[in-house]
Amino acid sequence: MRMSLLAPEFRVIRDEEKCIQCEVCVRQCAFEVHSYDLEEGKVASDDSRCVGCHRCATLCPTQALTIIRYPQEFRRNANWPEQVIKDIFKQSETGGVLLSGMGSDKDYPIYWDHLLLDASQVTNPSIDPLREPMELRTFLGRKPDRLKIETKKGKPRLKTEIAPQLKVEVPILFSAMSYGAISYNVSLALAQAARTMNTFCNTGEGGLHRDLYRFGGNTIVQVASGRFGVHPDYLNAAAAIEIKIGQGAKPGIGGHLPGEKVSQSISETRMIPEGTDALSPAPHHDIYSIEDLSQLIYALKEATCYKKPIMVKIAAVHNSSAIASGMVRAGADIIALDGFRGGTGAAPTRIRDNVGIPIELALAAVDSRLRAEGIRNQASIIAGGGIRNSSDVVKAIALGADAVYIGTAALIAVGCHMCQKCYTGKCNWGIATQDPYLVKRINPDIATERLVNLLRAWSLEIKEMLGGMGINAIESLRGNRLRLRGIDLTETELKLLEVKPAGESL
Amino acid sequence: MNRIFPRIPSGCSVAGILNENGKRMSGNRIIRSISVMHERANGLGGGFAGYGIYPRHKDDYSFHLMYDDEEAKRNTEDHLKESFEIVEEEIIPTRPVEEVTQRPLLWRYFLQVKPEIKKLYYDLTENDIVVKIVMHINARIRGAFVVSSGKNMGVFKGVGFPEDIAKFYRIEEYEAYLWTAHGRFPTNTPGWWGGAHPFGLLDWTLVHNGEISSYGINKRYLEGFGYQLMLQTDSEAVLYLFDLLLRRHGLPIEMVCRILAAPFWSEIERMPEETRRVMEAIRMVYGSALINGPSSLIIGYSRGMLGLNDRVKLRPLMAARKGETFYLASEECGIREVCPRPDEIWSPAAGEPAIGELKEGLS
Repeated sequence: MRMSLLAPEFRVIRDEEKCIQCEVCVRQCAFEVHSYDLEEGKVASDDSRCVGCHRCATLCPTQALTIIRYPQEFRRNANWPEQVIKDIFKQSETGGVLLSGMGSDKDYPIYWDHLLLDASQVTNPSIDPLREPMELRTFLGRKPDRLKIETKKGKPRLKTEIAPQLKVEVPILFSAMSYGAISYNVSLALAQAARTMNTFCNTGEGGLHRDLYRFGGNTIVQVASGRFGVHPDYLNAAAAIEIKIGQGAKPGIGGHLPGEKVSQSISETRMIPEGTDALSPAPHHDIYSIEDLSQLIYALKEATCYKKPIMVKIAAVHNSSAIASGMVRAGADIIALDGFRGGTGAAPTRIRDNVGIPIELALAAVDSRLRAEGIRNQASIIAGGGIRNSSDVVKAIALGADAVYIGTAALIAVGCHMCQKCYTGKCNWGIATQDPYLVKRINPDIATERLVNLLRAWSLEIKEMLGGMGINAIESLRGNRLRLRGIDLTETELKLLEVKPAGESL
Repeated sequence: MNRIFPRIPSGCSVAGILNENGKRMSGNRIIRSISVMHERANGLGGGFAGYGIYPRHKDDYSFHLMYDDEEAKRNTEDHLKESFEIVEEEIIPTRPVEEVTQRPLLWRYFLQVKPEIKKLYYDLTENDIVVKIVMHINARIRGAFVVSSGKNMGVFKGVGFPEDIAKFYRIEEYEAYLWTAHGRFPTNTPGWWGGAHPFGLLDWTLVHNGEISSYGINKRYLEGFGYQLMLQTDSEAVLYLFDLLLRRHGLPIEMVCRILAAPFWSEIERMPEETRRVMEAIRMVYGSALINGPSSLIIGYSRGMLGLNDRVKLRPLMAARKGETFYLASEECGIREVCPRPDEIWSPAAGEPAIGELKEGLS
């Protein structure tokens, strides 16, 4: 093999005094950083293989391992920083497209961190969620603009039919993560957690494993451009169907599942040959315009007897608001917007880091546009791609979302350390892998508990923030941008977000 | 009034007296009822609404106008004349009161929508046309503000304690079968008369004690139906919600109350099947119309009045009945002052409306 010009990304520091040569690290690392030297009788490490996932350091029984950034310094150059140089080394060595896992790690502005929440003082009382009811229940789906109610003998009767809805007790859903990108055990944990918390998980475009059909009532199934695993049973098993047009991490291109991850079970679920790359086409080849989308929406509604909401997911791009308006008019019951910081199992790095717009801006634009057109009631909005904690959730809902999708945060809850190597299939945490040896590192029940804990913790925090604002039902926060203030934002950004600057009163 | 008004939270007192037989009473009782709750106001706003006060013009729209100057008056009248026959116009009689200063020009008009306008807007009701004109004047004509616009009723309000405002407008000289009143405690001063209560549109009037935490979404929701919220006040939002839900969506009044002060899910789950379905639909479809945050309010309309608290009753409201008279007030003293021994007196529960209406056949 030719010599690589690439310096390692991390340095593995082993405290020789603490190391007991137990070889846990050797067994834990699928990237084969650690090896036991029989002659020396010692464990040694190869820095160049380390991805910084901390599996070895976390499991080391004597805390002998520390992983740090590799201290090699390139000559300082603002125009040619280290990453740029390394990318060129990589491409000149392989001739390939650079791949990454997870969402963009670039230093773009995070608008959540430039939004502040309001709280009540004196003139309206804050509400104490420990002592008073605080409601987060949300219905996702198409709503009529008005209701017809007749009163007969003092009893009201509903004369308007309501379209099918998804009912969630926490306005947080697990976003699309395919079986294939993630392991069976993680899929199972997501489904179990969704059921426990009365919310939903999403199959992504990976089909639904036979054993997970029993969670259909808490599952959204995806129909993507590759149509992997799509058949009548799959559609009818679900609570809702999501047409995936785009994904925040890689707008404009289809999904990628490297053949290394296509095991026998994946092949059965996706209905593709074992070991083949599952590459979804960039567009749906039956959708070249908005009227085609409408046909697919209604084809799916026909296939499921109009009993399930049909969702359409798009990546947040410059023209999202006009596209979203078209989607609602084409029959979408729920719109999923995925911001450019959204995660992925595999994306071309250049696309991940340079295409799309932040979810905050897209969400604000779409909500305002639908309201201006008087069609906001006709579809719910789920915002995803960059939701990191409960205050992001609260801010997203205040900007206009009905609910949010979380993906990365859910994976971190079950152990992901954001090493961004999902596409290699060697995830040491057993999350983004199909290697049976690695998959069993996730105990589905423990993972479920961690996911449930996360949602429970966030919902408690959301209730605290709502109560502070003097609000006891989530619908009074939805689209209530008066309770937000922008800090350190330009006038244009404030205008786009339709948020007043911090310091300006009501 | 094409200026931007700051949002001003306020505490307040509200009161209302209705004779369910439609017998008219002088303004004296409502003045006493609201004045005894003096402590709840701070002199920065007071007002009254009377129903049945213009029997001679009972079929005309009576517009009460506030003008900053004569130019505003000229512009408004030019606009009114495009759509209305002016049956009669006059200055609203007032008397000088030392405490009441900086009064605007006050004028009232009795109007009929021109037949050609009805023809031009054949797809709108007469009320829709009136709402359109009121919105236009309030939003577009500088220095003019429509205080009330219903038939056989009127709103009298200004900056001052309610008892001083009453003296100023000579409220005791009017006779009405329904009176509502308001004393205001805004937390800063706009010095602007239009901001006082009652707030009126068509024959709806509202007196309100509260600060709505959901105002931002209530406003955006209403804007989707073409309402322009110029005043940035909670009362404006509440009144337009009533107009939208009752008049335009044709919902029963009890349901409108359930929308504005929605029952909790835990409560809904215990309701009988059919009612539960209705309540669930209400919360799904009309979530943006939920009035969240402390409030007690009285809505007046030609047929009666309605008192309503927010869904957890964060502001006070009492109701009482004696014979044919129905009373509402922020505090019990507001009722006892004018009706020392009511047949029944109660504190309406959170979200539960207290409604009094004219007997069937009366109008």
